[in-house]
Amino acid sequence: MPTISINGENKNFSGDPDMPLLWFVRDGLNLTGTKFGCGAGVCGACTVHVDGVAVRSCQTTVGQALGKTVTTIEGLSTTGDHPVQRAWRQLNVPQCGFCQAGQIMQAAALIAKNPDPSDAQIVEVMDGNICRCGCYQRIHEAIRLAAGGV
Amino acid sequence: MLQYFEKEQESAPKLRALSAIAKVDRRSVLNGMFAATGMLVSVRVSPAEALEHLVPYPTGAADMPDKTVADPHVFVAIDPDGLVSIVAHRSEMGTGIRTSLPMVICDEMGANWERVRIVQAPGDEPRYGNQDTDGSRSTRHFIQPMRQCGAAMRQMLEAAAAAKWGVDASLCRAKNHQVILLGKDGSETSTALGFGDLAAGAMALPVPAQDTLLYKTPSEFTLIGKGATPITDLRAITMGKAGYGADVRLPGMKYAVMSRPVVLGGKVKKYDAVKALKVPGVEAVHELAGNETIPRKFGILGGIAVVGNSTYAAMRGRDALEIEWDDGPNVSYDSVAFDKEMTATASQPGKVIRNQGDPDSAFANAKEIFSADYHAQHMVQAPMEPLVAVARIVDGKAEVWAPAQSPYGARKDIAAALKMPIENVTLHVTLLGGGFGRKSAWDFIIEAALVSQKLGGTPVLMQWTREDDIRHGYYHTVSVERIEAAIDGSGKVTGWRHRTVAPSIISTFKEDDGYSFPIEYGMGFVNTPFEIPNVRCENGKAMAHTRIGWFRSVSTIPHTFAVQSAVGELAHKLGRDPKDFLLELIGSDRKLDPKALGFPNDFWNYGDPYDAFPIDTARLKNVINLAAAKAGWGKTLPERQGLGIAAHCAWSSYVATVVHVAIDADGKIRIPEATTAIDCGLYINPERIRAQLEGAAVMATSNTFYSGITFKRGAVEQSNFTDYNVARMSNYPQKVNVHIVDAPAGTHTGGVGEPGVAPFVGALCNAIFAASQKRVRSLPAGDTI
Repeated sequence: MPTISINGENKNFSGDPDMPLLWFVRDGLNLTGTKFGCGAGVCGACTVHVDGVAVRSCQTTVGQALGKTVTTIEGLSTTGDHPVQRAWRQLNVPQCGFCQAGQIMQAAALIAKNPDPSDAQIVEVMDGNICRCGCYQRIHEAIRLAAGGV
Repeated sequence: MLQYFEKEQESAPKLRALSAIAKVDRRSVLNGMFAATGMLVSVRVSPAEALEHLVPYPTGAADMPDKTVADPHVFVAIDPDGLVSIVAHRSEMGTGIRTSLPMVICDEMGANWERVRIVQAPGDEPRYGNQDTDGSRSTRHFIQPMRQCGAAMRQMLEAAAAAKWGVDASLCRAKNHQVILLGKDGSETSTALGFGDLAAGAMALPVPAQDTLLYKTPSEFTLIGKGATPITDLRAITMGKAGYGADVRLPGMKYAVMSRPVVLGGKVKKYDAVKALKVPGVEAVHELAGNETIPRKFGILGGIAVVGNSTYAAMRGRDALEIEWDDGPNVSYDSVAFDKEMTATASQPGKVIRNQGDPDSAFANAKEIFSADYHAQHMVQAPMEPLVAVARIVDGKAEVWAPAQSPYGARKDIAAALKMPIENVTLHVTLLGGGFGRKSAWDFIIEAALVSQKLGGTPVLMQWTREDDIRHGYYHTVSVERIEAAIDGSGKVTGWRHRTVAPSIISTFKEDDGYSFPIEYGMGFVNTPFEIPNVRCENGKAMAHTRIGWFRSVSTIPHTFAVQSAVGELAHKLGRDPKDFLLELIGSDRKLDPKALGFPNDFWNYGDPYDAFPIDTARLKNVINLAAAKAGWGKTLPERQGLGIAAHCAWSSYVATVVHVAIDADGKIRIPEATTAIDCGLYINPERIRAQLEGAAVMATSNTFYSGITFKRGAVEQSNFTDYNVARMSNYPQKVNVHIVDAPAGTHTGGVGEPGVAPFVGALCNAIFAASQKRVRSLPAGDTI
């Protein structure tokens, strides 16, 4: 049976390969940290890592993820102590918090690829993640903080 | 129920005056200094004044359903190991209220925040008091009951310790999660009992009467007004473990989505579910009849629900439905035509809501008349969490989970929809992934309950998609505001006419007569605090053709956009500095006299009694001066840059904002910095106030630049964040500096969540003008000049 590695565990999948990864993760595996925000790949709430790259899980099918390594917010750090998560807490970033798993996953992928991003690079990479509460100022600061080592 | 704390002058009992010094009449000192400076005053408090007797001041809570409750037996539980559980009865949607109100109880009772856990209350107002988490009311209405609750709990713990030690309670002092025995000289001894040891005894005691309670003086606060208390859900949020509406998981739970009429009042003529039922994973299709009662209130729109074994299956099933709709009369709603209609209405005299002096003569005798129309489209709240609810019915009892701003109202209507007594319905409140007013309605929650009922009680999660959220909203109204000013030969404004034309929220709740109602009039329309001798406020008729609801800051958005833009336009016309001109229009330091100014008899003061919450121009001018000073108002800026200012008094708080705009070579409008000053009286968590005002700046940027909902053939034209745009990382106010006024002790608490948005819109539009000489008269305006 086809499998996907999700947060270090191999998961079997036998359903419709066109199902967005988002719904397999949420409804199939009950990993509810990944959020449904728009279903169109334009808000970033559903961001996960596939082979280390940040993707919109509402636009990535399970078929595309088969045989690959998927990390969701639950798997970013078992203790919640990834530098991005620590920076988020240090600056009290979240308000309602709903978009933050997506924001954190996007930011973590950015820092993994570019440990010292410029402000312009932060803006470019984070522009796809909407926060309706308006936490952008602190998100930007937290990424700089995480990049500097928390 | 009176819930207002003022220092009682005459009858304050001399309790714990163990090392008393000469008593200072603090209030008169403070009042005198406040009148002079409007700024922070601190008074040294001796240990003897660690606690004080207070009498409650009245708030709007007295007029809310189920009012307030302050009973420690309801809000506090203490385990034998000392763990204190505090109930949060208001809904958390990002304001931090689930943390802030429990902080108040914790502080007053002398508990250690590290040993407190928060328990979210279900929808049950008879038990907890009002739970309508909107209108910036939670802190305004509940800071006093929460202090009362904490003070009562502290005195019960002290009484329990006194009984154990066989001493007078005045020798027992609750502090840092224990009660300490005091010596005869008032000093702390080494004898102490932990809260856990005292819990059983304390909880068995009667709750002390309100007039016997002693409250902490501000110098004794450990949490209230201090530092940066993180929200209680912070770690869970960063780990993806915080529980929102769609995160509820029940054994055997199904997933549902629904197809609803795109025109309000539309109905299913016929439908065919054969193809939908063939979609793998689809298990059932049910029609839900829409509410046909007018007013619609929060009744469901009706339509076809598709149930599957995953959200994906249900969505695909919905795509396969074949439905023929009967649109009904609202198919005529067209935003372009409606704007023309409203503009024509705004050019004619309307219903007079406020009249002061003789505006007709002022305009007849004016040397010059200024007139401008300000337009704003509908908006939808679009919280990041789309609407969602989970329901199941077991043995005739319904259990529902939802991100509800008004859980008790929702519970009542769920019971009615299910034809159950309310005792058989439980509504658990999850975290809200944003609300902004949309989740004060509960149509989506009723849908979940009805689908579960159709399924024989099977647990079901009703998920709205983003398109559903955009197209089936309770929309912020659409509006045309006309402002006219009469100017005399010396350049003074002698007459002011404001005409508002906007479909009313009241159309959702009672038969629509096309006119607004006192709550909308009170949001920056009739209460414009200008010292102009002749003022008339008129309301032109505009019928609602869609569901009108609350959107963060509500009617202050169109009203304040118009008023503060007009002030900027007038300043320019008269060659005046916009800040000086705004201050001049506000005029002398005074508390407005609603009667003398011709306010309507049913004037709505954000629900608060006017005598306790008067509109104080000194406080308004103070925040304007503070924001201007901190922003460096008057500084020289490069070409294509400028500052704009706006301010208002709203939700019993005072907010002023200065926005700095810089326009790129390609015409893109950027906001490098903004400065907001707020005076919200006694406040709880300054860290969250700053967060709210940073967020208000972003939402106001969305409102000004991007967010508009338009209708064509009765249906919303937008669908998702692709065409209903909001501010993103590439264009938001990059640095928002927030300054919180430390108002004198005893200054009544005002709201924070709502009042930050509208002045930012006005200040941004004024800054765009300062940088470009181009005036925004229509929202959304786009982010390019």
